[in-house]
Amino acid sequence: MIIADVISWVMIIVGSFFLVVGAIGLIRMPDIFTRMHALSVSETMGVGFLLGGMMVQAGFTLVAFKLICLFVLLFFTSPIASHAISRAAMADGVEPVLDGPEIDARSDKHDMPLEDRRKTTTAIDADEAELSASVLVEDEEIEKGEK
Amino acid sequence: MFILAMIAVLVALSLAVFRALAGPNVFDRLLAANFIGTLAIMLLAVLGFLNGRPEFLDVGLVYAFLNITGTYAVLKFFRYGALGGEAPPNEEDENRKGFSGVHKT
Repeated sequence: MIIADVISWVMIIVGSFFLVVGAIGLIRMPDIFTRMHALSVSETMGVGFLLGGMMVQAGFTLVAFKLICLFVLLFFTSPIASHAISRAAMADGVEPVLDGPEIDARSDKHDMPLEDRRKTTTAIDADEAELSASVLVEDEEIEKGEK
Repeated sequence: MFILAMIAVLVALSLAVFRALAGPNVFDRLLAANFIGTLAIMLLAVLGFLNGRPEFLDVGLVYAFLNITGTYAVLKFFRYGALGGEAPPNEEDENRKGFSGVHKT
């Protein structure tokens, strides 16, 4: 019995950890698609481990069967809901926040290869130009200091 | 030990409520609402074990069905502008984009 208790406690602690981590990701992430990515952790791992820990506590009873039903239901419906939300957001024109070269991610350009979807705007080039300019300024300041 | 699970669920719930209130567009709010539904199920299950009355799990099962149905209803409303009786709109129609209204297209 003690072993079962320890197993269920560990599973409940791990599940609680994943739930809180996913919720923090929901707050911290920049756009809806990455938020969804963070939430999928807590909706599968967190819920799964919590329900698993309760299942170990319940033993072979009707309660455990209900918990299994709940787990299967959540395990299949939450990815479906996430997929529907992301597809609706994409069709509605929500742009993902992308670092680096911008990719035209609209729904009517899915067939094009990734290279053609990259806009020719030079986000990285601009950053590099700014960086080299600041380095030049620093060099000049150093030279002035030496003189 | 179920106290700890209860605290974790409540912390996650408060963060999700913050996102649902602050979310920049309707899909963020909907994502947070879906997560709040999942957390309500977990809260019911943990509360049942905490009180020694796991009968609350039946309520949780009903909540799971309501959650997915509600999410789909809201999504369908925001995509089609109605809950039934209309043909699906053309995916390529530019006028349909930005129907949710909050964000820029």
